[in-house]
Amino acid sequence: MSDSAAAVSHGKSVWDGGTSPMGVSYGKLMMWFFLMSDAFTFSGLLITYGLVRSSNPAYVGPVKDFFFSTTHWPIPEKVYDAIPFVHGVELPLVFVGFMTFVLIMSSVTMVLAVEAGHRMDRQAVEKWMLWTIVGGLTFLSCQAWEWTHFIIGSGEGTPMLEVINGQWVQHMVQGANLTENQYGPPAFADFFFFITGFHGFHVFSGVLFNWLIFYNAATGVYDRRGHYEMVEKVGLYWHFVDLVWVFVFTFFYLV
Amino acid sequence: MAHHEPQVIVLPPDKEKIKKLWRVALILLLVTMVEFIIAFTIPHGHAKTFLFVILTIVKAGYIVGEFMHLRYEVKVLFWAVLVPMTFIVWMLVAFVYEGTKIVTY
Repeated sequence: MSDSAAAVSHGKSVWDGGTSPMGVSYGKLMMWFFLMSDAFTFSGLLITYGLVRSSNPAYVGPVKDFFFSTTHWPIPEKVYDAIPFVHGVELPLVFVGFMTFVLIMSSVTMVLAVEAGHRMDRQAVEKWMLWTIVGGLTFLSCQAWEWTHFIIGSGEGTPMLEVINGQWVQHMVQGANLTENQYGPPAFADFFFFITGFHGFHVFSGVLFNWLIFYNAATGVYDRRGHYEMVEKVGLYWHFVDLVWVFVFTFFYLV
Repeated sequence: MAHHEPQVIVLPPDKEKIKKLWRVALILLLVTMVEFIIAFTIPHGHAKTFLFVILTIVKAGYIVGEFMHLRYEVKVLFWAVLVPMTFIVWMLVAFVYEGTKIVTY
């Protein structure tokens, strides 16, 4: 596949037809171009986050004295400090760290499935695709818990200044939705829902694709076809989802 | 109906290649751990953000280069994917700078 570009007769350019100048099949090339357009979409979301964040005042003062308010942008580690089944203990970024670990591991199992596909090893492809699906489902479950926690809120809530009927009113805000947010400016919650939601939807569709590949491999579709290139194409998509999470993790949870 | 299963020749696992993939995974996990340590040791500021961006690019490089195999593709494909990404860098710098000029309060 990748050496098809080299097979050009003397005196002809790779662009004269009959070969793949990019050295990959049509399907893989189009997957690359789709992923690029998807990268632009995610960049649009993350850069808008950067714009709104840099237009809001940052919190000044020691981190231990940090408090939630609509007048400054929250420090992420103060927002995401909970893990399931443990109440009242501050464990900043531990849960999201676990989610990152899960997604990286599922990327490894995916690339092992691709390697097995190169060798036409159906059993190994099935095994690694199943592990990848398990990783994807684990990530989605974690995200479901994180969203629930974020929406319901923690503690007694935060007193927030808001304009209600033209008046500045202070009232308690518990949890977060698209208009109110106990952790800071409403825009912070909006970006949380849109960015992690859009990424989560990619993970969800990725799990569906992975399942399809597993099913096809198990029923011998790729053995009959003579190659396992579909595993590679969906693999590209799955790695891209992992790649986006690397950026979301940095720009949403760390910075 | 006679159903012929195709004759499939299964090759043995490429030990060297698999080892390399696990090494990349280890690097990704180590970099993530370093990011964690930085998150709780270095005070918030431009230096910290800069470090995070560098480490993120390192991770992205390993994922795209090794896992997505881009490093080993034909040069035309490599650059066709990478060059358009410079627009994103431009967009990021422009918008974050623009943000500092917007007054919300």
